[in-house]
Amino acid sequence: MSDDLYQQAITTLAKAATGAGKLEHPDACETVDNPLCGDRVTMDVELTDNRIARLAHDVRGCLLCRAAASAIGSRAPGRTAGEIVQVRAGLQAMLKLCTVDPIDGWPELTAFQPVAAHKSRHDCVLLPFEALIRALDRAAY
Amino acid sequence: MARFDPAAIRAQFPILATGPDGKRVHYLDNAASAQMPQAVLDAVIRFETTQRANVHRGVHRLAEAATNAYDGARAAVARYLGVTPDGIVFTSGTTAAINTVAHALGETLSAGDEIVISELEHHGNIVPWQMLAQRRGLVLRALPVTAEGTIDLTALDRVVTKKCRLIALAHASNVTGAVLDPAPVAAAARAMGARVLLDGAQRIPHGPLDLLALGCDFYAFSGHKMFAPHGIGVLWGRPDLLAALPPFLGGGGMIEQVTLERTTYATPPRRFEAGTPPIGAAIGLAAAVDWIAGLDWQAATEHEKRLTGRILDGLSAITGAHVIGPTGLQGRLGVVSVVLDGAHPHDVSQILDTHNVACRGGHHCAQPLHARFGVNGSTRASLAPYNGDDDVDAFLAGLADAAARLR
Repeated sequence: MSDDLYQQAITTLAKAATGAGKLEHPDACETVDNPLCGDRVTMDVELTDNRIARLAHDVRGCLLCRAAASAIGSRAPGRTAGEIVQVRAGLQAMLKLCTVDPIDGWPELTAFQPVAAHKSRHDCVLLPFEALIRALDRAAY
Repeated sequence: MARFDPAAIRAQFPILATGPDGKRVHYLDNAASAQMPQAVLDAVIRFETTQRANVHRGVHRLAEAATNAYDGARAAVARYLGVTPDGIVFTSGTTAAINTVAHALGETLSAGDEIVISELEHHGNIVPWQMLAQRRGLVLRALPVTAEGTIDLTALDRVVTKKCRLIALAHASNVTGAVLDPAPVAAAARAMGARVLLDGAQRIPHGPLDLLALGCDFYAFSGHKMFAPHGIGVLWGRPDLLAALPPFLGGGGMIEQVTLERTTYATPPRRFEAGTPPIGAAIGLAAAVDWIAGLDWQAATEHEKRLTGRILDGLSAITGAHVIGPTGLQGRLGVVSVVLDGAHPHDVSQILDTHNVACRGGHHCAQPLHARFGVNGSTRASLAPYNGDDDVDAFLAGLADAAARLR
């Protein structure tokens, strides 16, 4: 089962590292830690008309965490905070309730379905979303 | 002498016969929790099915039997350590033992007093002292760690000052496996009138020790790392010192007399055992020390050393594998932590699990130590007498697989 975690799609996503880096003048920057493993995700965002104009992430984490951040890097620009919250809810359902419904507009996230069987790794996938949502919350104020 | 036979020892551990998927697990996570032999399981089941009652309270026969068994467990642990039972305080584990000292001894300290720890401590021997320092305005100082992953004792002169009241160090590191020589620490403490606490959680599973010869005032350890149940640990303290300290937790069992106005406290060790203690787990711990005492530790130590060498040799053949800690066999236990270039320890450990290897990936509750080496975490293999060449070889094969797949 664990072998599924390291399928090609996840590895490719992580290695692509889409959106990795820092923004020079972000509207908000948030860092979130996973106390279990010490992983850390920092997310920079710039908003235009309440939509994500640009983002950048700095991930000190495992392959799953980097893959999730990379998916965000490619799919989050142009979305609103509300849409990101919905995507995270769909991802949480996939991991915690083992749903198999694809998440609209985010086909890459299907690759995380095998993670559902590994509860200790759920937060690895969710950490970049948590960082992004906190950054969006901060940018809104 | 007969050759040391880890398979014969392994056969005494039911859980090691089959893993979650029916295949035998290569259990190398002993520094987190060791497994329990049948003798310990039997002792716990026997107590829970024939003697279970609360202790030091009832006069019925079950209560008498439980009290005798619990007091007997204290005596057995004391015998194993070569100390008197009045210095043995049962706790829920090492962390609770250290917190007990942090609160009880902490009550006697004043603003400006200093506590000395080191950079390689487990969080359980860092956070209680940080909290105490914040509560009472103390200064927390740390001995540095050498490139070999040992506490740099040459810094004792600089770090331990006249204001030092306690030096609290790991007897052995849960990451590097390095074993502390406590003699210079005890000497430095004595010169300043300070106490010494040793966190023995990692050292205690690796064979008998002469506790009184260590020169420490307090020694803390957990049962679950020494083949006993979870939820039991020991704080050993010099009896005269324990007698001079106030209690930490208050409640039933730790009192002499209670009125609505005031309470007088029981003598140690009961002064430090408020509430119903972990009775069955204590009886399991007594069975574990009896089991440990029955092993040939000269042979077991040689065996663990040979396996440690096999791990270190194997790692040297894996490109990008770096050991955090001593690269030799002297002054260390069978605990080896490794960093694989370009691979996260959680990913490495997950792939090792597919090889039926159970080991630990992450910061091992030692974030300052990993920061010292500029890494976020590591993958740790930790040995027990039931491990054999096949366990080590499975670990090395899994690590090589992880290195190939994650880079």
